[in-house]
Amino acid sequence: MIRIQREDFDVGAELEALAGGNPKVGGVAVFVGLVRDVAGGEAVRAITLEHYPGMTEKKLAEIEAEAHRRWPLEATLVVHRYGELKPTDRIVLVAAASAHRDAAFEACRFLIDWLKTKAPFWKLEDKASGAQWVETRESDDAAATAWTKKKSR
Amino acid sequence: MKILYFAWIRTKTGIAAEEVSPPTDVTDVASLIDWLKGRGAGFAEALKNPNAVRVAVNQEYVKGDHPVRAGDEIALFPPVTGG
Repeated sequence: MIRIQREDFDVGAELEALAGGNPKVGGVAVFVGLVRDVAGGEAVRAITLEHYPGMTEKKLAEIEAEAHRRWPLEATLVVHRYGELKPTDRIVLVAAASAHRDAAFEACRFLIDWLKTKAPFWKLEDKASGAQWVETRESDDAAATAWTKKKSR
Repeated sequence: MKILYFAWIRTKTGIAAEEVSPPTDVTDVASLIDWLKGRGAGFAEALKNPNAVRVAVNQEYVKGDHPVRAGDEIALFPPVTGG
């Protein structure tokens, strides 16, 4: 399931809704992305997340379908926020539920790696020196590219 | 066709969305970007480095040689930084 929202989310409630009551699920791997208070050695007061409504949902649905194609998953969830967020706020939740931990861990990692390079979101950081758009990190591209070479179990 | 601008490309062009009717020699993404660059200093600045501009036609990532047609939704934006 994919959700794009301004509001915060409750991790426990989301996981219960995702896998609760499904006896086929042996494990759920979870990634929660948070806002840090520093970037490039400078204090960050807030970030604003912009996205491309329509394409965002489409890309995330494709990424989720690809995860299900690669691993035996019972359920997956991606919740991504937009709008203004403060340090320590939750940004994104990715969860993968499977019979066994390998598929859950790998699918969770795959979902966040691909999301970071394919889903049309942009971060604007509010710093003392002014507002600054976040630049792409080469390590993110490398992480996503690695999955195009790797085989799932 | 409808053009959408996001993130710093939007702040440089000064607009988020517009309807345009380019001349008939604008047939693909590369020629569209060249034409858009000629529409003002903000557009030229936003689109000056083609490596920094990602393009989606009808919400799919495409390259410069992808055709553009009347009725298309074309989005121009920097590399993504979500997550």
